[in-house]
Amino acid sequence: MPFKYFGKVNYTPYTKVSEFADELHKGKLVGSKCKSCGEETFPPRADCIKCLSGDFEYIDAKPTGTLVTFTTVNSPPAGFEDIAPYTLGLIDLDSGGRLISWFENTEPEVIKIGMRVKVVPKIFEEIEEIKLYYALEKL
Amino acid sequence: MRVGVVGVGHGKFGRRSDATVQELAFEAYREVLDDVNNLDRNDIDAVIVGSSPEYHKQRSLPGMITEYLGLNDKPTWLTEAACASSSAALRSAYMAIKSGLHDTVLVLGVQKMTELTTAEIQGLMGRVGDVQWESIFGITFPAYYAMYANKHMETYGTTSEQLAKTAVKSHHYAAKNPYALFQKEITLEKALASDYVAYPLRVYDCCANADGACALIVTSDELAKKYNDTPVWLEGLGCASAPISVLRRPDMTSIPSAVAAAKQAYAMAGVGPDDIKVTDVHDCFTIAEIIALEDIGFVEKGGGGKFEEDGQAYIGGKHPVNVDGGLKAKGHPVGATGASQTVEIVKQLREECGERQVDGADIGMTHNVGGIGQYCFVHIYKRS
Repeated sequence: MPFKYFGKVNYTPYTKVSEFADELHKGKLVGSKCKSCGEETFPPRADCIKCLSGDFEYIDAKPTGTLVTFTTVNSPPAGFEDIAPYTLGLIDLDSGGRLISWFENTEPEVIKIGMRVKVVPKIFEEIEEIKLYYALEKL
Repeated sequence: MRVGVVGVGHGKFGRRSDATVQELAFEAYREVLDDVNNLDRNDIDAVIVGSSPEYHKQRSLPGMITEYLGLNDKPTWLTEAACASSSAALRSAYMAIKSGLHDTVLVLGVQKMTELTTAEIQGLMGRVGDVQWESIFGITFPAYYAMYANKHMETYGTTSEQLAKTAVKSHHYAAKNPYALFQKEITLEKALASDYVAYPLRVYDCCANADGACALIVTSDELAKKYNDTPVWLEGLGCASAPISVLRRPDMTSIPSAVAAAKQAYAMAGVGPDDIKVTDVHDCFTIAEIIALEDIGFVEKGGGGKFEEDGQAYIGGKHPVNVDGGLKAKGHPVGATGASQTVEIVKQLREECGERQVDGADIGMTHNVGGIGQYCFVHIYKRS
């Protein structure tokens, strides 16, 4: 599955880590591990920032973490008007690395810096073309 | 060899539906020529344009500007570092003169942000960060800084009132700056009552897009005397980068490129924070000014909000900051902003700022952030 299916709006259909989208479609969140030096990264990257090797494999990321900070977007950019306002969170994953996504199925009052969250792989059901993403929920 | 700014020109910032990009550039060019004595236009031997090209319909902007200014066949090129594009141009001018490749350089920062349709702007605004992993979740420029603000508030107890007081100061000084977009003071109550753009940032925490241009004439100490009795020397230049992706920024209360750039600039100029008498910092949002105060060492980490609350950034305070209105109230024509900061500091060091003049301003500084901190340029200036 090409990377173009990742995101409500996608800007980068082609990448060396396009299997990330296949794994997400299967309900899995994956990072990368350098086969040469063992450096682990989330989100995945094809080129090792430590030893410069381009040889990598996918490793499972733990879909839980802690909320570093958040905001609620009232003035959305193009392509997100229909879901605004939405609350975005920056998450420190328990298995290392970070991600940004929006909260779903979570009351705004319970969203606090330092709270525990889970990262849930999702498919936009209301959109005809397949669109994959992950959402944040209170753990 | 010392390198100095011998001329400054500042066009009117605002919604400039009356002018093309090159016409805005010409306003600043005319002003800068007026500001310099004995400058034959032919003495300008390079034109470095600072601008963010994605906002303009005209492609290859330096070509168009150099033609419209009547400066062909002088060499010209663009420097791009998002909101710090014209500080990058000034750094390039310094390098060009120091190397001996050029003698006298025109730095021209210009931006027309109102050429695009609202839909095009909304599209651009959605691509300020890492487009592969972040923009696909609808994050915006205010949202990035809002996440910084939220973390800063949670970590250090910074308050909405402190943010709003920063905005009140910006408008206070913009009302006294004829080049500024906003010419009216605001009250604390008004700032605090404005709608959220991205919680916890409200409308009055955000700078306004604007059109405008600024120009600088930069030359060596040998030639400076010919052009100006009061050249202002570029004594410290710092420049650093940081990950564009906040996923790779461990501390969401500081801009690491600013910390690094400030250190370099202080070391090169041989001064410290206490020596700086007047400063323009990159306040695209009120929280950005508070964080900047900490990043450049004017106050201990976490003390920026209190510093603003106590009025220490006003003239007469410990460190007068953005007494031209800042990006916040002067307006932020992306490519022109760095040069605008330099114009303000040069005029302060020449004691030409009237009721906004900081007494005894002999050393000044500019802090210009590009994007969400992927670039930062810090410059330290001394008067003769």
